[in-house]
Amino acid sequence: MNWLSDFVRPKIKKIATKDIADNLWTKCPQCGKMLFNKELEKNDFICSGCDHHLRLPLDRRFSMLFDNGEYKLITLPKLQEDPLNFKDSKKYTDRLRSYRKNTGNDDAIKVAQGEIGGITCIIAALDFGFMGGSMGTVVGEGIVKAGDIAVRGGYPLITIAASGGARMQEGILSLMQMARTTAAVNMVKEKGLPFISIMTDPTTGGVSASFAMLGDVNIAEKGCVIGFAGARVIEQTIREKLPEGFQKAEYLKEHGMVDIVTRRPEMRKTLIRVISILTHRQPQIKQLAIESK
Amino acid sequence: MNTSTNTLILDFEKTIFEIETKIESLKYLAQDENVDISQEVTRLQHKLEKQMRASYSNLSPWQKSQVARHPSRPHCLDYVHALIEDFTPLSGDRCFADDEAMVGGIGRFQGVSVVVLGQEKGHDIESRVRYNFGMAKPEGYRKAQRLMDMANKFNMPVIAFVDTSGAFPGVEAEARGQAEAIASSIEKCLQINVPIISVVIGEGGSGGAIAIATANRVLMLEHSIYSVISPEGCASILWRSADKVKEATEALKLTAQDLRRLGVIDEIIAEPVGGAHRNPAQTIERVGECIAKHLKELMAQSRDEIKKRRTEKFLRMGRHFAESK
Repeated sequence: MNWLSDFVRPKIKKIATKDIADNLWTKCPQCGKMLFNKELEKNDFICSGCDHHLRLPLDRRFSMLFDNGEYKLITLPKLQEDPLNFKDSKKYTDRLRSYRKNTGNDDAIKVAQGEIGGITCIIAALDFGFMGGSMGTVVGEGIVKAGDIAVRGGYPLITIAASGGARMQEGILSLMQMARTTAAVNMVKEKGLPFISIMTDPTTGGVSASFAMLGDVNIAEKGCVIGFAGARVIEQTIREKLPEGFQKAEYLKEHGMVDIVTRRPEMRKTLIRVISILTHRQPQIKQLAIESK
Repeated sequence: MNTSTNTLILDFEKTIFEIETKIESLKYLAQDENVDISQEVTRLQHKLEKQMRASYSNLSPWQKSQVARHPSRPHCLDYVHALIEDFTPLSGDRCFADDEAMVGGIGRFQGVSVVVLGQEKGHDIESRVRYNFGMAKPEGYRKAQRLMDMANKFNMPVIAFVDTSGAFPGVEAEARGQAEAIASSIEKCLQINVPIISVVIGEGGSGGAIAIATANRVLMLEHSIYSVISPEGCASILWRSADKVKEATEALKLTAQDLRRLGVIDEIIAEPVGGAHRNPAQTIERVGECIAKHLKELMAQSRDEIKKRRTEKFLRMGRHFAESK
């Protein structure tokens, strides 16, 4: 109740919060270091303090993987929206609308075609920013479409998972997408084409328990969470503390569930090596020269 | 009527239970005092039947969930013992362990050699613990895969009885790859060239259920449920309150009737009046008849067709195109 708290303090507070809200800085969720956003972006969204891999926007992901950062987005057919007429505290259609507005994407998936090391590939990538990357009928449609193009063109298929699991708002139809996406990747595998599954933070629930675990080669991004049941659910069931590093990429590799754990900047190199070997082709060295880092 | 085993009385069944008790006590009295009560009993039985028809023809999704989980409902092994001749349980995933939550074995269904799969929930405390309440671990799903391979090799159809609240969530299950085990089980269902018929007899809980229900034909008992998440889980995540479980159950559209409308299942098997737990024998018989009908149709298809049609069916799941404007 003196002139300091009445006057000066609120002003300083206001300025300080405004600066952070303006997206200049991001706090590393692991080590807490304040990261300057422009630096973070340059560093592929990896914390310069602890090497934690923060979530990466889809477009950036594509441009980091395809040769010269060039790719073509595949248009997905429009599906009937909100098949269950679902409403919790908010209408599902309203949720969809606001996520569309915020992300600029129609749903939690994008499918792209381009060359990786000179080899034409199809990538279907999930967007965690869109309802937690949850899998509903549109995501299923995307994986099926990607599988279909891969089979028709004889291209390797790559999926990049970042998802909390099935989309509850689509009820049983979202559960059915587990079988549907599995059918799609199985179609590619049975054609003798490579199916590479990349898992990023997080890959859990119905997505990990379907197509994402079924790669000919499973590659996980360093430190990402991968699992079936959520850590909280498990803690509630067994009522004890979870082991150190539980459900992290490295833990999954130790337990034989993923082949390779890699840092984000090395992902492209790893992909080129794996795909070129599996397809009996020499990667085009020229394009290897422009690695992102 | 098999009323003695109805230890659990669901809230909407109170009137039914009262009439049932009245009939029982009348019968008991008549034994002692040698009086003719047949008229009164007949009257009450009519009333009971009417009351049961009224309640059970109009169950809410939440009430159906309660019936689907009723402890006296016939469980997987009840069906297996009644419908499968020479049932021979087979054990183990050849990697780690045998998971008793996942029933697996070979036998004959109406003279046809078959592989049988299913989750068993158990009927008392001891057996529930033994079967881990019907929640399978990775070794259970790997046993299922091994048996599906066997079915394929020896040209035997697969019959699966689905009844689980879900795959087991635990540290060890995660360490051994619960996600991979379920994913591979779904994939195996899609790879084999023999018919798969899955019957949801109680609760079809999420990934744990679809792992053995990616089938040519999916049948559901009238008051069974099949869902991406339990109503309780959905309420706590989307409504952030366990009290909203009824709302969540409505919203999820998890009844057999909803699923039939959505084109996810192929047929609903009618339960006896008053639910499967009031007449297990009749329920099992009807399930047997329905399986037989679908098996006959599927066995007329070639091995390639069986696989192809199953894959095509699941590739279409949820593909309802928007009307172009």
